[in-house]
Amino acid sequence: MSAFEAAAGRGNFDRIGHDRESWDRRYPPQEAVGGLLSKRIIVGYGFWIFLLSDIIMFSAFFATYAVLVGATAGGPSGRELFNLHNVGIETACLLLSSFTCGLASIGARMNRGSLFYGAMAATCILGAAFLFIEVHEFVGMVAQGAGPTRSAFLSAFFALVGCHGLHVTAGLLWLLTMMAQVFAKGYRADILRRVLCFGLFWHTLDIIWVAIFTVVYLMGAGQ
Amino acid sequence: MSYSEQEGDSHYADTAPGYERYDEHQPAEAFLSYLVGLGLATLLTIVSFFISGTTLVWGPSIPVALVVLAIAQMGVHLVFFLNITTGPDNVNNVMALAFGVLIVLLLLAGSLWIMAHMNHNMMPMDQMMRMQR
Repeated sequence: MSAFEAAAGRGNFDRIGHDRESWDRRYPPQEAVGGLLSKRIIVGYGFWIFLLSDIIMFSAFFATYAVLVGATAGGPSGRELFNLHNVGIETACLLLSSFTCGLASIGARMNRGSLFYGAMAATCILGAAFLFIEVHEFVGMVAQGAGPTRSAFLSAFFALVGCHGLHVTAGLLWLLTMMAQVFAKGYRADILRRVLCFGLFWHTLDIIWVAIFTVVYLMGAGQ
Repeated sequence: MSYSEQEGDSHYADTAPGYERYDEHQPAEAFLSYLVGLGLATLLTIVSFFISGTTLVWGPSIPVALVVLAIAQMGVHLVFFLNITTGPDNVNNVMALAFGVLIVLLLLAGSLWIMAHMNHNMMPMDQMMRMQR
């Protein structure tokens, strides 16, 4: 039953246009809290709002970077610093980890431990590989005198990419926590909600990385 | 599958209702969705990396193409990984997303616009040095 059909007055609806029958079937009364939607929807929606605010924070870092990208103060520019080969590997790691994270959420939903733990472990390894390459890149840049103190461009670069790296680090800690919680407490409803939020978080990090590799690396190297 | 038809089935009895990405798809369907997303995202990524280094297209068009490809890939991630859809049960998510996108655009465009103007209006450095003497 679509909203359109609801508006057209077909079917069995309540005052605000919900199809009462399918509504009740989807949200059985025992799942409702004080007439609200199920806790899972509320948690997922609230976390989605948090992720959007996180994206807005990143957009401020992006704006800073875009304003300062030319302010190299005589130092090296992105063209001399960026190694697109490494960035390609990083991108592949993060994209694959997003996929395995999706598999883990299927595993959690089916209560199938082999799929959940295997996919989470793969996600963890791919995320750690991403972080390793990134830290390696940062250390190499600092070693050749292109640290965050060299120019405004490099300050903005380290702030933006480093902030994403910190998010990935936090995501990895969260991932391990979720594996431990599922191991210790099983597929309880509250644990599954946390797994759901973790999945949303991890997919969002991948979206931000898409913006980073496009704006920072590909455009920076092609200037 | 449409959410109103087939969900009285037994698999709805033991899963918590509500969250679109879990309830609208059987496991096989969800797996397929992630697989399609992975394929499309990989394709767009490869095209991005290829285009950034190519001389086949007109130079100034490359950044525009990269931005378009990135936005397309973000859309793929939203639809296939985060399962944000245009369905009637997803209106709240889409509205929140639209508001987020509005703020992001204002922030980016506003910053770039203002700072470009300030750079443009700024006195060249050597003149400023002369005035300070």
